[in-house]
Amino acid sequence: MSDAVGDAVRALRAAAPSALAVLVRRYGDFEACEDAMQEALIAASAQWPRDGVPDSPRAWLVQVASRRYIDQVRSDAARRRRESLAVDLEPPPTPVPAVDDTLALFLLCCHPALTTPSQIALTLRAVGGLTTAEIARSLLVPEATIAQRISRAKARIKASDEGFRMPRADELESRLGALRSVLYLVFTEGHTASSGDRLARVDLSAEAIRLTRQLHDADPDASGETTGLLALMLLTDARRAARTDDAGAIVPLDEQDRSGWDRAMIDEGVALVSAVLDRAPIGPYQLQAAIAAVHDEADSTATTDWLEILGLYDLLARLAPSPMVTLGRIVALAMVQGPEAGLAALDRAEAQRDGGLTDHHRTWAVRAHLLEQSGSTDAASLAFAEAARRTLNGPEQRYLASKAERLRSSAG
Amino acid sequence: MKYLIQIYSNPESRAMWDTFTPEQQAEGYAYYQAISDELVSSGEYVAAEALADASLAKRVTQTDGSAVASDGPFAETKELLAGFYLVDCETEARAVEIAGRFPEAEFGLIEVRPVLDMAARGDV
Repeated sequence: MSDAVGDAVRALRAAAPSALAVLVRRYGDFEACEDAMQEALIAASAQWPRDGVPDSPRAWLVQVASRRYIDQVRSDAARRRRESLAVDLEPPPTPVPAVDDTLALFLLCCHPALTTPSQIALTLRAVGGLTTAEIARSLLVPEATIAQRISRAKARIKASDEGFRMPRADELESRLGALRSVLYLVFTEGHTASSGDRLARVDLSAEAIRLTRQLHDADPDASGETTGLLALMLLTDARRAARTDDAGAIVPLDEQDRSGWDRAMIDEGVALVSAVLDRAPIGPYQLQAAIAAVHDEADSTATTDWLEILGLYDLLARLAPSPMVTLGRIVALAMVQGPEAGLAALDRAEAQRDGGLTDHHRTWAVRAHLLEQSGSTDAASLAFAEAARRTLNGPEQRYLASKAERLRSSAG
Repeated sequence: MKYLIQIYSNPESRAMWDTFTPEQQAEGYAYYQAISDELVSSGEYVAAEALADASLAKRVTQTDGSAVASDGPFAETKELLAGFYLVDCETEARAVEIAGRFPEAEFGLIEVRPVLDMAARGDV
């Protein structure tokens, strides 16, 4: 991306949510305003790289989008007039934009009446300032599919009659929770391994971090979980460059070149998570961030403070139990007490039919690693092969299958 | 999550199709088209195609850097791929629900398979 294009894209994405909020405050109709803003964004992305970013990107977007909106209302009005219906062309009075507009916009995009894919698409477009085409390319689906998800989402919001307002205090935390999981999903969508189309695609991990930062700035974050989420993203993304090799193959944590980790991101993430653990009630994102911080601050897996990680997993298992937490805890336990203890804990967890553990590829992968560490090469090879067969992820499948193969030949 | 819904034909389903009048066949095509339209409007559509007759398939062999296409004979398969839908939906249950609407499901000729996701996400 050239500098001019990069500057223009950064400026328009940063200005997009507050410009949209101004528009919705002015005209009231979220559905039509969001369409008008999308047109303004497309116009800006053609014009700004050429003519330079305007002094006030927000004012520019509001002006162009207002014009599009009014044109649209006029043509609708003309159509209705032909159908001899009375029409009021006057826009409603303009209330002063509230400071929490960005937050209200975020929450509207993650309205509980919407499906998750619709929440993701609408958040990326309305808050993120991405075009429908950019979202479609990033998610590897046709543009028409994304356009349809967005228009359905807006129709549902309209039907729910919520309007552009902050949710009631008693529903705010659960709405924020839904919003945070959408942002985390966008973040995990971003880790593409295919390099060929990287230039043409928006980096969704970076977008998720930018949006979470924006939410963090807009949200007083009484629970501390938005801060926890931001820290978790930074501490995870810091390792991105080291996570795959030049050929796109996965490099496991214990083999990663830690000099390739992003120090600035780690420092920021560590500072965020330390501060929030001191001030807020403890929450699942904060704990996951704290675990990531312990990894990021260690020189190697051998010198990692696994006892600390085990303690954090114990807390997490109490606060937000899930099969993945159970497995993470078992890995930490094995690092503290040895692979046999890990295998015994894995057997117990599976025997309790710990929701969703059995037959999951990650259960097989953890078992395979523990068997390998305990010297059971044949069994480890079989378990890696089983994990490879069950995973739905391409790079992971390659990694697991190559582990199986290497162990098979070393055993043979 | 993306799922590939594969629609197969077998001698029975092909025989039944052949007994249809042109009007009935047109209704059949319209039924598939309606499912495509619904998937587009639900935001779950990625791609869908119907395949030409299997007798038109070419086997491609590469020798000395040049590709040679030849007609069969192919191994005698009773079940042949007739078309596919690539959908992007929230759960496997939803993909199965979509798949269950195709008439071939009555013959057990529909297969739903998850698509590998190529993102390198977590640590292993």
